Amino acid sequence: MHSKTYRTPGAASAGGVRDAFKVSAWVIFASMMGFGSLAWVSGLTLGVSMVSSGAIWGLPGQIAFAELYATGAPVLAIVLAVSLANVRFLPMIVAMMPLFGEGVKNRAWHYVLAQLASVNTWAAAMRVCPHLPHELRAPYYVGFSIVCLLSGLAGTATGFVLAVELPPVVTLSLVFLNPVYFTIVFADVRHRSGVIALLIGAVGGPLFYQVSTDWGLLATGGIGGALAYLVDRILRRRHG
Amino acid sequence: MDEIGLWLLLILAIGATYVWRGLGVVVSGRINPEGEAFKVVSCVAYALLAGLISRMIVLPTGALAETPVFDRVLSTIVGVGVFFLFKRNVLLGTFSGVAVFFVLSVVRAGS
Repeated sequence: MHSKTYRTPGAASAGGVRDAFKVSAWVIFASMMGFGSLAWVSGLTLGVSMVSSGAIWGLPGQIAFAELYATGAPVLAIVLAVSLANVRFLPMIVAMMPLFGEGVKNRAWHYVLAQLASVNTWAAAMRVCPHLPHELRAPYYVGFSIVCLLSGLAGTATGFVLAVELPPVVTLSLVFLNPVYFTIVFADVRHRSGVIALLIGAVGGPLFYQVSTDWGLLATGGIGGALAYLVDRILRRRHG
Repeated sequence: MDEIGLWLLLILAIGATYVWRGLGVVVSGRINPEGEAFKVVSCVAYALLAGLISRMIVLPTGALAETPVFDRVLSTIVGVGVFFLFKRNVLLGTFSGVAVFFVLSVVRAGS
């Protein structure tokens, strides 16, 4: 595990920066590059795509944003879909914030730390921070997160510019990076309720889309998610 | 939608994401992150995302729609296969899937 100990907040931040470059920064760069290309073919501007990476800072919501914008869905459908695609932040933040509770006394900073969370930075915080003294946890997490954020912005810009400059076949391949990347992420999900929800959603998505291009995605989430929860509950009652 | 409309839409989308982050800070320590309510929430998010991703593969919009569904499905399967074969390397899996898709597209364009 993490045998390193940091003596100062600065050393902890530097440790976070180094750890981020091991894997996370590269995965984020590549996945955000796919988003940058998708943003361009969806008709978003470079500015909008960069701000969405930096401020939404949740790739599933960003992809829903670009896709639904491209198909001309109504504003309410887009905003709700982005929100639901990123709803995982709620349980993630709830689980993560107690790590910082004693080290960061000023509660206003908790709202800033929450904005920095993404799947990668959250996983790093949950893995490393419990082994650090309280006052070094936030510095480590912020160092790690800043690298991820910058690499996300760089990836978005790269993907966008490549999509503009390179032949369509390259652009198309970069756009296709998005579904390939997420299918791989999904293939690694192990807990039963998640697997059931993914399977129902994967079948429901194209079906509901044919019923309504505007609202099909929300219907997939709402109906498919509720159904998955119920199926999981029934299986839990039977098999524990 | 003009550019100002697009920026307003983006601001709404940013707010709609931050709602969950902010609420998470507010309720943390008072609610169990493994509880039933969060199970429902997680199921909804997974179903919605899987729906979006499978739709992008099976029924894509724009220029992707002109590629054969066989190419898209095969590339995705290769990506997932490489991911599992090589110690769950996300980068390698993603790159392989995209590479297969790229090669198939180039070959088809040439033939």
